[in-house]
Amino acid sequence: MFRFLSGFGSYWMLLGRVFARPEKHSIYYKQTLKEFVSLGLRSIGIVTIISFFMGAVITLQTAYNTENPIYPTYLIGLGARDSILLEFSSTIVALILAGKVGSNIASEIGTMRVTEQIDALELMGVNSASYIILPKVVATVLFNPFLTLISIVTGIGGGWIAGTAAGVVTSEDYIYGIQYAFIPYYITYALIKTVIFAFIITTVSAHQGYYVDGGSLEVGRASTYTVVYSSVTILLFNVILTQLLLS
Amino acid sequence: MIRAEHISKSFDGREVLKDISAVFEPGKTNLIIGKSGSGKTVFLKRLVGLLDVDEGKIFYNDVLFNGLDFKAKKEIRKEMGMLFQGSALFDSMTVEENVMFPLEMFTNMSGEEKRDRVNFCLERVDIINSNHLFPSELSGGMKKRVAIARAIALKPRFLFCDEPNSGLDPKTSIVIDDLIREITVELNMTTIVNTHDMNSVMENGEKIIFIEEGEKCWEGNRDEILKSDCKLLNEFVFANALAKQLKDSLK
Ligand SMILES: Nc1ncnc2c1ncn2[C@@H]1O[C@H](COP(=O)(O)OP(=O)(O)OP(=O)(O)O)[C@@H](O)[C@H]1O
Ligand SMILES: [Mg+2]
Repeated sequence: MFRFLSGFGSYWMLLGRVFARPEKHSIYYKQTLKEFVSLGLRSIGIVTIISFFMGAVITLQTAYNTENPIYPTYLIGLGARDSILLEFSSTIVALILAGKVGSNIASEIGTMRVTEQIDALELMGVNSASYIILPKVVATVLFNPFLTLISIVTGIGGGWIAGTAAGVVTSEDYIYGIQYAFIPYYITYALIKTVIFAFIITTVSAHQGYYVDGGSLEVGRASTYTVVYSSVTILLFNVILTQLLLS
Repeated sequence: MIRAEHISKSFDGREVLKDISAVFEPGKTNLIIGKSGSGKTVFLKRLVGLLDVDEGKIFYNDVLFNGLDFKAKKEIRKEMGMLFQGSALFDSMTVEENVMFPLEMFTNMSGEEKRDRVNFCLERVDIINSNHLFPSELSGGMKKRVAIARAIALKPRFLFCDEPNSGLDPKTSIVIDDLIREITVELNMTTIVNTHDMNSVMENGEKIIFIEEGEKCWEGNRDEILKSDCKLLNEFVFANALAKQLKDSLK
């Protein structure tokens, strides 16, 4: 409990240092571009693959659960669309990224800590927290909405391919269904959640890495804790945000 | 000049440094010696402000360092270079980018000026044609030399080296020791080196401080060290059989 509270305190203090005024803009700009590639572009593959198959499964399950002649089959498209928009592409994708990007950030920063690279930055007079973490926050907060959009598109596409291939829904019905009673606000909702989840993933994992004390064993432990902490925080905020945004 | 007054430091109630005072002069290679775990690294990190103050004062050219705010500290920090025990090169950057980093961060030099300075520093430490290698592709001795190049890129007035030759063969050790001594004189830096290597002590020891269990036990130079009658120091200096024989034959 004490560890939790002191961790909470040091998290906010670290955030304070991260958002101190950057020292040299050109360097931060360059770092941010690098992070776009390593945290953003390199996640497109996994997001695409997972979204495609999850879209397929969601569509098939919706179809088999509504196998009743009184339901029109276009409802399958509608159901798949809403599941993907509301939950899958924001929350589940965030949980997957907490595993991939979060542990990556924690172990990268943790390694910098135990190999004294952070000390080296501090010694030069660089605000190490801001130099290392700010570009990652900016990159993920700006880029993850694109990942969510990609996930929505490939998820719905995966559903279309699986649904028509399995013969549970015709192409016309599915396409009609995904347009039927469409609420554009759901996309806004998904994107708002994504931005907040991106912030959580990056800052929680950076905090875990930044305060590693010890050696490579502790770095490994920090990246495991990162996945646990950021997943739980995401799930908690998922409830809060859903209540705030949809009620 | 660096002056430390009554430095103490504890971790979780265990005293690691006990009331150490010392003066380190410019243009000289000042050595801190002591066996493993005696508190050398903690003392050095304390001097440069990487560890928080428990007690004591640190002056850089008569400015009280540990009383300053982040901004004022930064001004002094720009004049510091440090070689860490594990080199601490940025592993996402090439050799060239590592050395260039402080220049990019703190100067407004043009690209060409920066490259010239980087090449000058790398040549100074004898690293040639390796600009585009990453730290993981270097040997331990090369890493130390690149780290020295990075530390001197901004022409610091204070240089700190934590065990510059640990893990190196005797010959490479001497190369690094000579290098540190030469650039200290060249740039008239105040250099402080942590070491437990007796070779460097005898090569470089213009001023030596001996720490045992966090306490300063002895202070002097390389000529005095052989004649001292501090018992703990003698145990440290004449730890190996050869040195003991030598001491006996001197008598
Ligand atoms: N962050 C820390 N927390 C707790 N104890 C520490 C910490 N850092 C160092 N110590 C303790 O302080 C003592 C001195 O350590 P220090 O690293 O200064 O030794 P050293 O003289 O540099 O040894 P070596 O020659 O092996 O590098 C050790 O007993 C170590 O356990
Ligand atoms: Mg040490």
